[in-house]
Amino acid sequence: MRVPYTWLRELCDPGIGPEELAERLAMTGTEVERVATVGPPSAEGFVVGKVLAAEPHPDADRLSVCAVDTGEEEERTIVCGAPNVAAGQMVPVALPGATMPGGQKLGKAKLRGVKSYGMILSAAELEVGEDPGGILVLEDGIVPGSPLSRVLPLAEPVLELEVTPNRADCFGVYGVAREVHAISAAPLGPEPWAEDAPAEGDGEVGDYASVTVEAPDLCPRFTARVFTDVAIGPSPAWLQARLTAAGQRPINNVVDIANYAMLLTAQPLHAFDLDRVPGGALTIRTAAEGETMTTLDGVERTFDAETVLVCDGNGPSGIAAIMGGQASEVSGGTARVLLEVANWDGTNILRTSRLLGLRSEASSRFEKQLHPELCMRAQRIASRLMVELCGAKLVPGTIDVAAAAPAPHRIVLRGSRVEGLLGMRIEQPDQVAYLERLGFGVEVDGDDLAVMVPPDRHYDVTREVDLIEEVARVHGLDEHLPTTLPGSAGQVGGLTREQRLRRRAEDAMRDLGFDEAIGWSFTDPGEAQRLRIPAADPRADAVMLSNPLSEDQSAMRTTVLGSLLDVARGNLARDADRVALFESGCVYLDAGDAGEGPLAGSFPGERPAPVAEPRHLGCLAVGPLSAGSWRGGGEPADFFSLKGVLEALAGRLGAELSFEAAAEPFLHPGRAARVAIDGDRAGWIGELHPLVCREWDLEAAVAFEVELAALVGAATAGEETYEDVTTFPAVYQDLAVVVPDEVSAASVRDAVLGGGGELLRSAEVFDLYEGEQLGEGRKSLALRLEFRAPDRTLTDEEVAGLRRSIEVELGKVGGSLRE
Amino acid sequence: MLERIEEIRSEAGTAIEAAPGTAELEGLRVRLLGRKAELTTILRGIADLPQRERGKVGAAANRARQELEALLERRAADLDAAELEARLAVDRVDVTLPGAPARPVGHIHLITRTTRQIEDVMVGLGYRVVEGPEIEHDYYNFTALNHPPGHPARMLQDTFYVQSHPDVLLRTHTSPVQIRALEVQPPPIFMIVPGKVYRRDSDATHSPMFHQVEGLAIGEGITMADLQGTLSEMLQAIFGEGREARMRPHFFPFTEPSVEFDVSCFQCEGSGALGDGSRCNLCKGIGWIEVGGAGMVDPTVLGFVESSGYDPERVQGFAFGMGVERIAMLRHGVPDLRRFFDNDVRVLGQFR
Repeated sequence: MRVPYTWLRELCDPGIGPEELAERLAMTGTEVERVATVGPPSAEGFVVGKVLAAEPHPDADRLSVCAVDTGEEEERTIVCGAPNVAAGQMVPVALPGATMPGGQKLGKAKLRGVKSYGMILSAAELEVGEDPGGILVLEDGIVPGSPLSRVLPLAEPVLELEVTPNRADCFGVYGVAREVHAISAAPLGPEPWAEDAPAEGDGEVGDYASVTVEAPDLCPRFTARVFTDVAIGPSPAWLQARLTAAGQRPINNVVDIANYAMLLTAQPLHAFDLDRVPGGALTIRTAAEGETMTTLDGVERTFDAETVLVCDGNGPSGIAAIMGGQASEVSGGTARVLLEVANWDGTNILRTSRLLGLRSEASSRFEKQLHPELCMRAQRIASRLMVELCGAKLVPGTIDVAAAAPAPHRIVLRGSRVEGLLGMRIEQPDQVAYLERLGFGVEVDGDDLAVMVPPDRHYDVTREVDLIEEVARVHGLDEHLPTTLPGSAGQVGGLTREQRLRRRAEDAMRDLGFDEAIGWSFTDPGEAQRLRIPAADPRADAVMLSNPLSEDQSAMRTTVLGSLLDVARGNLARDADRVALFESGCVYLDAGDAGEGPLAGSFPGERPAPVAEPRHLGCLAVGPLSAGSWRGGGEPADFFSLKGVLEALAGRLGAELSFEAAAEPFLHPGRAARVAIDGDRAGWIGELHPLVCREWDLEAAVAFEVELAALVGAATAGEETYEDVTTFPAVYQDLAVVVPDEVSAASVRDAVLGGGGELLRSAEVFDLYEGEQLGEGRKSLALRLEFRAPDRTLTDEEVAGLRRSIEVELGKVGGSLRE
Repeated sequence: MLERIEEIRSEAGTAIEAAPGTAELEGLRVRLLGRKAELTTILRGIADLPQRERGKVGAAANRARQELEALLERRAADLDAAELEARLAVDRVDVTLPGAPARPVGHIHLITRTTRQIEDVMVGLGYRVVEGPEIEHDYYNFTALNHPPGHPARMLQDTFYVQSHPDVLLRTHTSPVQIRALEVQPPPIFMIVPGKVYRRDSDATHSPMFHQVEGLAIGEGITMADLQGTLSEMLQAIFGEGREARMRPHFFPFTEPSVEFDVSCFQCEGSGALGDGSRCNLCKGIGWIEVGGAGMVDPTVLGFVESSGYDPERVQGFAFGMGVERIAMLRHGVPDLRRFFDNDVRVLGQFR
């Protein structure tokens, strides 16, 4: 909302400059985006001139050489390009040295050999209006040489307000003036609609026009007045200047009057050429589903059944509250005007305007829900101007099709509640003064107030708390509100164990050398296919957005892997020679079930989350984990380097993982494993399938992705119990086991641990040997064993016994001890 | 005999001193003190000597033996030291070659780091961290937060909706978690909600995905002044001691009164001008920087959870929210919020 400062001051002059007022408005709830200047930045160098003579330029057809009286002893020669310049005119003149709008400084110029000592200006050049035919011609009776600012607003400051959607009243200058009155206590001018125009037309409005409202729910009020003897022409300079400063293009006096009344009251109006409305009959109805109409902008629009149309005998002539029709538009030949001022259902208007992608000054006001009471305010203001500026005659009577107006709110404001909610005291006389200045009716009732809400604020202020906001903001939060902290009873802050362990997991990944990425939750629907995920896999069943920004961002990701691959590709394209990334983030599974706790997608609240969104920890490495050097190293990460990372991560959390060869569609079939915790699937690890690498322009990559809920759920970190390792010594022994190739290291270890029982504290594979001595298809694994009893020193005999039972267990998986 | 012993001692002493290496010294030891050595033979033969000589010869021979042992030991230590010295002298490296690369240390994303920092500040003020789903019911995201039907924020262009589920959307703020938590926890409640949120908007200052942190405090007698104090503590913890908070009235559907809150500019100390008199580019000369929105929880919102103990006549409180990206941008001079989701390792590595 653009509010020209001189217009505002005419209604309420706060006695301070526009910048200072902007600051006060911002601190009381009306944000001022900026204070702009319309027209030249300074009025200096702009004067009124009288054209004494205008002769054709000797060397240019379109130029005139003018002698202009600018109040100095000698007349000035000014070369002018406007076709309408003529002797005898009073005109605006910029003298050399004046600064034009936009900051350009005017100098002396030579035009086709003739020196020009100034410039005769058009309305557009001064930013006070449009210029239909060239220079602006001023009214007679001004002394040449007078400052131009005496007749035209120059360097007009304009407040560009960012009005919050609840304040429909501040979309009118009078509403803003009332707000200024409230916060500054400066006097507010009388309501500009107080006085109506004399009705001197012939007959009665019903003789000229009729209105039928078929959709009273969506059109609570429709008023119409008729004017005869209308003389269409340009608006006077003051009106053009005001509209221009407010950001509206002057059109003609009738349209300008409608716009002016809207800018003043926030209530939009619409003028019809009555002679182009067949029979003067208007019908307001909802559209038939699929009904079409070509709007003023030449676009054919298709409507749904909730669109409200204003129709005449020829069919739809406009979309209610959004855009008028061409057929009945006011034009140069208009003699009789029907002025519509209506009230519409804001929700319906907002909906239709979004649906059609059409927004106008009118619709942006109606969508905030105006009060039906405003209609007659606008009618009165416009009527007076129609009579004054267009020589029109107002036909007696007003067509007024209205449902019952909503009853005004009467709200009790308890004094105790004001202080109780704000934590600051506002004295009752102050509360009364603030509310009355804002236009509320107030009756004092002991400590409390009974408050009547004016129509301008009817939809915004409905409850006691709304009134508390009003008195608080006018009183001034910045100056008066104390700074305190809530009482601390019952407050114990902290992270849950799950939250702490999640942080620990993320920190562990950082410490292991990985950069945290935050990938897009959106992806393209083709990603599953590029990951070779078959259609039957739940990860191919992405949650799809119905209104994505683009096809590329239309599906919600089902893996973190896809995001990490995107990030890796981006970095390699930026010349990174290696990437080591991890992400801790959600995936979204349409068909999945939530597990326990937030990490598994179970959140507080009575309604479960609509889709499963477990949090995963994904990790991807391309190239070496550590750089190589002159000493060697720098081998690209492979299955075992990343498995080491995952084991280290689990180690930091105190979680036990198991690995088992298992395929994933996007992994190398021979270098892929299922990660399990307590026998339950918790994720996967492996080298990426070469075809997947190719999709992301990678040579090779290795990755894992685990469910954080499972990992954190299995964590023992923080819950450890002391184990005595000092009183009784451990016995360490190495074991070499020969098994057929296909027997996994994990099953050998399991057999060893099974045979060793509780006294075998650990068994770790530390060597692998495959050689001719063992024979074809066999391998030897070396394990380091640690035996310890908590209550005694183990004897050689006991350990030998355990070795024998280990040997028995190994036999069951086809293994034997190598001597 | 005594002379011979003296002779042996003297000759041996010279030989020991002259031994060039530990191997030669070991040879000398065998020759001088071994089983077949002359001195050993003398000692062994003492019993055969006349009675009166036995004492003198025995004492002299033993003394000589001890002396030689001491000499040998000293010489051995000297030789060891010299030989070690020589070996070390050869065993040298070019100390100017580069060191072996350590396993690189990774980095926590600046958004995660900033989120954690805010969480930690609020935990210190007695808040708990609560999380909720990113794909959410319309009810929690809008209806229960007093967005009446037809509110612009519900309109298609701001919100991402999900195809297969009617009334399911990507949450546009972290506020739905307020309702979720209030449904299950009676007052008082002090909580903070971090998380991803989504809006259908993309340009230099808008990302369709970004992060928010939301705070909520409800109990008996919690006032707007308490909100100001809480924001002030939080902003000082984030932006440095001495920072001030200010609140400007604003409008949000789920708070009343509503405010936007600012922090005093930490570049120009709130003056709006830099040391050289030029306009502060961070706060654009205003002295204040907008951080987020806040307000007193609207009684209509409490009405949706009245059955779990939130009677608007008995309890009241405040909520506040802010964008994590914005805070990170302000604190670290990041010019464009899209940079956070490029995940450029050259940028990630800048924030330790």
